[in-house]
Amino acid sequence: MSIPVLLFASYADAFGTRELPVPVEAPCQVQTLIDLLRVMPGGDRLPPRVLVAVNQRLVDASTLVHPGDEVALIPPVAGG
Amino acid sequence: MPLLHAAIVTAPIDLTALIARAQDAGVGAVSVFLGTVRDLNDGRPVTGIDYEAYEGMAVRELAAVAVEVCDTTPGLRVALEHRIGTLGVGDVSVAIVTAHAHRAQACDGSRAIIEALKQRVPVWKREHYVDGDRVWIDPTRGQKGGAGANPASNPVLPPITQGSE
Repeated sequence: MSIPVLLFASYADAFGTRELPVPVEAPCQVQTLIDLLRVMPGGDRLPPRVLVAVNQRLVDASTLVHPGDEVALIPPVAGG
Repeated sequence: MPLLHAAIVTAPIDLTALIARAQDAGVGAVSVFLGTVRDLNDGRPVTGIDYEAYEGMAVRELAAVAVEVCDTTPGLRVALEHRIGTLGVGDVSVAIVTAHAHRAQACDGSRAIIEALKQRVPVWKREHYVDGDRVWIDPTRGQKGGAGANPASNPVLPPITQGSE
């Protein structure tokens, strides 16, 4: 199975897509997702520290992702 | 929590309508903050900006920022919108209307909201330059630990002070 990860702005450019299925069994930790993303094509362009939102709330790396959760990588924000 | 309206929009922001949302018979001061596209950034001439948002989370965070400032400023009324899409120089990207019985709270509330918005709301911008180059802006570039302003670690808003601007 896989978990779809939403990508925005520079991260979408890095991976060449706005939604990337990450092949992993859920539930899994956010850190596992990040580690897998880093070795996927374009993952080398992620910064050392990556923010992740689950169900539209920022979470830490130990948070568990369950099937059906909305997962997104959040690039450094620059609104206004 | 008198947050009257928070939205991400694609059309030009209707300022008159936004002001009307915040207005009330008890209001004696209305402050309007507009963020606009500037023609120069870090010495490079800018011709436009693409704004992108994680819309669901951005609306949630816009509202959260406004509610938090309202919580520290009793009587404050807020309506705000952030525009996304491709904007030209001079276009309004964000509008924050704060209304209060008194001017200090209206002005200070506006400042607190825009500062928190820039720290927390998941909106991104890609500047277009005269030479055709396009670059996503990273406000954290050069900071220790690499990219990633952490909205969760920056919940502290600027202090609401009386007439200190």
